[in-house]
Amino acid sequence: MARRANPLIALAGAAAIIAVALVTLVPVATLWINSDRLLGRSAEFEVSAADIAALRFTLLQAFLSAAISVVLAVPVARAIFRRKFFGRELLISVLGAPFLLPVIVAVIGLLAVWGRSGWISAVLISAGYERISIYGLSGVLLAHVFFNLPLATRIILQAWSRIPAEHFRLAEQIGMSPSDQFRHLEWPMLRSVAPGAFLLIALICASSFAVVLALGGGPRATTLELAIFEAIRFDFDLGRAASLALVQFAIGVAFAVVVLAGNREIGFGGGIQLNFENWSKNRTWAIAIDAFAIGSLIAFVGLPLLAIFLEGVGKLPTLPPETWPALINSISIAMLSTAVSVFLGLALSVRIASLSRFPGRAVEIFSMLALSASPLVIGTGLFLLLQPFVSPFNLALPVTALVNSAMSMPLIVRILLPACRRTVEVYGPLVDSLGIRGWSAIRLVYWPSLRSPAGFSAGIAAALSMGDLGVVALFAPPEFATLPLVVYRLMGAYRTDQAEGAALLLVMASFALFFAFDRGGRLGHHA
Amino acid sequence: MKKFLISAVACVVAQTGGAFAGGQTLTVYTYDSFVSDWGPGPQIEAAFERSCACDLKFVAAGDGAAVLSRILLEGERTEADIVLGLDTNLTAAARKSGLFAPHGQEPKGLTLPIEWNDEYFLPYDWGYFAFVYDNTRLPEAPGSFKELVEEYPDLSIVIQDPRSSTPGLGLVLWMKMVHGDRAASAWSALDSKIVTVTKGWSEAYSMFLDGEADMVLSYTTSPAYHAIAEGDSSKKAAIFADGNYLQVEVAGKLTSTENGDLADKFLAFMLADEFQSIIPTTNWMYPAALDRNSLPQEFAELPVPEIALLYEDFEAEALRKDAIAEWRDALTR
Repeated sequence: MARRANPLIALAGAAAIIAVALVTLVPVATLWINSDRLLGRSAEFEVSAADIAALRFTLLQAFLSAAISVVLAVPVARAIFRRKFFGRELLISVLGAPFLLPVIVAVIGLLAVWGRSGWISAVLISAGYERISIYGLSGVLLAHVFFNLPLATRIILQAWSRIPAEHFRLAEQIGMSPSDQFRHLEWPMLRSVAPGAFLLIALICASSFAVVLALGGGPRATTLELAIFEAIRFDFDLGRAASLALVQFAIGVAFAVVVLAGNREIGFGGGIQLNFENWSKNRTWAIAIDAFAIGSLIAFVGLPLLAIFLEGVGKLPTLPPETWPALINSISIAMLSTAVSVFLGLALSVRIASLSRFPGRAVEIFSMLALSASPLVIGTGLFLLLQPFVSPFNLALPVTALVNSAMSMPLIVRILLPACRRTVEVYGPLVDSLGIRGWSAIRLVYWPSLRSPAGFSAGIAAALSMGDLGVVALFAPPEFATLPLVVYRLMGAYRTDQAEGAALLLVMASFALFFAFDRGGRLGHHA
Repeated sequence: MKKFLISAVACVVAQTGGAFAGGQTLTVYTYDSFVSDWGPGPQIEAAFERSCACDLKFVAAGDGAAVLSRILLEGERTEADIVLGLDTNLTAAARKSGLFAPHGQEPKGLTLPIEWNDEYFLPYDWGYFAFVYDNTRLPEAPGSFKELVEEYPDLSIVIQDPRSSTPGLGLVLWMKMVHGDRAASAWSALDSKIVTVTKGWSEAYSMFLDGEADMVLSYTTSPAYHAIAEGDSSKKAAIFADGNYLQVEVAGKLTSTENGDLADKFLAFMLADEFQSIIPTTNWMYPAALDRNSLPQEFAELPVPEIALLYEDFEAEALRKDAIAEWRDALTR
């Protein structure tokens, strides 16, 4: 159903689309136009057997990573949704943590648990078994599930709590068995939210690069992103980089079309969200299953985080002085990026929700494109575009805020859109008939029901921006370091110990930001 | 939020404004780790500014390959007067760009294990690539590349990807130089020992330190860091009887510079003792023109390979694609 757009929302929504174009199509076009600038001049684009192999591996690992994350997230989200236990709110917050870890830190944490000298191997060896080796596809999947299972869980958990409690109460009253309830209430909900989560994770994993290399065991595990890196850094061939970036976009769009085309939105209608105790959940086996799901999640996500904490905590006092200004720089950039991205993301989501089916889908798919954008292509493209006119150093802040916002747009839209659709569906007619316009519509109608997902998405945006390293590099003025940069510099200078301390500081700061936004959104709400 | 905005703007302004106390500014593009607090940058800046009455400005631009690609992107418009931090795998491409001017110096007292005749680029430090190990975990290490490939069946190593890392590229060329036409089969034989291949040196080295592999591709000078900074003498570099491949790090002057004299002065300063003696314990490489007796003791005591291997830069450039393809195909099979 198309509805007349609120002008403020339409304007901000258009700005969001321009921001996405600025990090996706514009840099690629710039690379094309400048393809004779550098040394490599491959007139025609050659696709080597190695590129095909990289493409195949990219698709395979992205598909499997996303499928495993989403499938496992269902029982976990269900367990968290229907159980009340000590630390539940904290657990929900901590679920944001893996996603915001800088790659190198996450790899260290994962290897401390799963590595050849990790905790699990140590236990196995002391029990007389062989050590485990995760390198290869399994290592890549392990890392990607570690990053994304919590994200999928959060997205599905939010969808679960959007089913009005009245529906569950009614189902109980008319004597629906748990499997009937699942079929009539929970399965339709999952069908509407899981494909979006799958798509998001598949796209994130498809452009993964450093994790795939570190845990993939060798060139068998190679993604297109590496080929783009090689083209720019060692072949100096911008044309080839642009072609590869287009292939990456094509994959993203193909994924999105396939996944979202069959995706059906489902309306549960409104409800006043009374608290409701679902009695059938108290059967012994149900409790056992839920306990197992929650326990496994805590172990799987918690142990690597614990390892990162243990490695880093003793080194916090030894951090070099340049850590602190870098921390402030990172936080400042994150705050700015978050403000911009949540504002644009909210507007874009509300806009998409109010568009009719086809244009709505098209804009939604376009907004996902930023996930398939290579940070190196974005950085190089914008640099080439701007450098003739202004010194890039003067643009560090706006460019970083723009890029970070656009890069987090897919996540924000993914998190906000289901809630927006529901709000538009439930309150849209009321807004129209009362003639509420502009800012008051947002403030009175949309914001209250979007507050919780907006808080979550702001948390994700802030954390993503904290961990970002790639794009700013070309624009960062001399002496301007962000915290991830300090971590990498320390690590690149043998100072692994201090790097682990700085990494822990980065994790704690990112998590604090994430926690503040996420909890801020959820205060007084039921997740 | 407004407060954060202002502080963000303020810190960018404060850091771009920079101290500029009259006189010329010499801008040097280099890699990240050179300019960090613990790298050579700050000491070198102070030392040069004492003698030049100028402002020396280092601009960090990622790793060595990123520095070159930045210069190529900027072309004639670049603000850089000097680029410092390319290695001989990149100099052929850099020379071909036409952006670099001959250095015009006659370097004296070079202490490289090879002849240096490059008209465009001057070396400031160098090192041998080597597989580094911990002798408490690995009591006996291979004594040659041949032994590494053919013997020690239980050995595990971690290396870097030649498509994203200069040490990784160095290893592929090293393999090519030692094994020639048999490089592909040597890679296949080595495959089972390779735990994983990382994007860059940092990931590989920290994985080695965390015990993921017995050996890591690094430099013969790496043990000096552990000895000097950590008092740890357990880290050793395997010296190969069939030779260790070299990495030579160089600097060059850009044709577009408007501070040609100052740039020349910097290049000369780069080979003077003051600059050179800062290098060992900040960049953890051998200085390119410092007498052996002036090295820190831990450096002087490091074992030295008898054979130094290095392709000329144009050969390296010509071989790179095929050598990488050979590596990739052997490890993908």
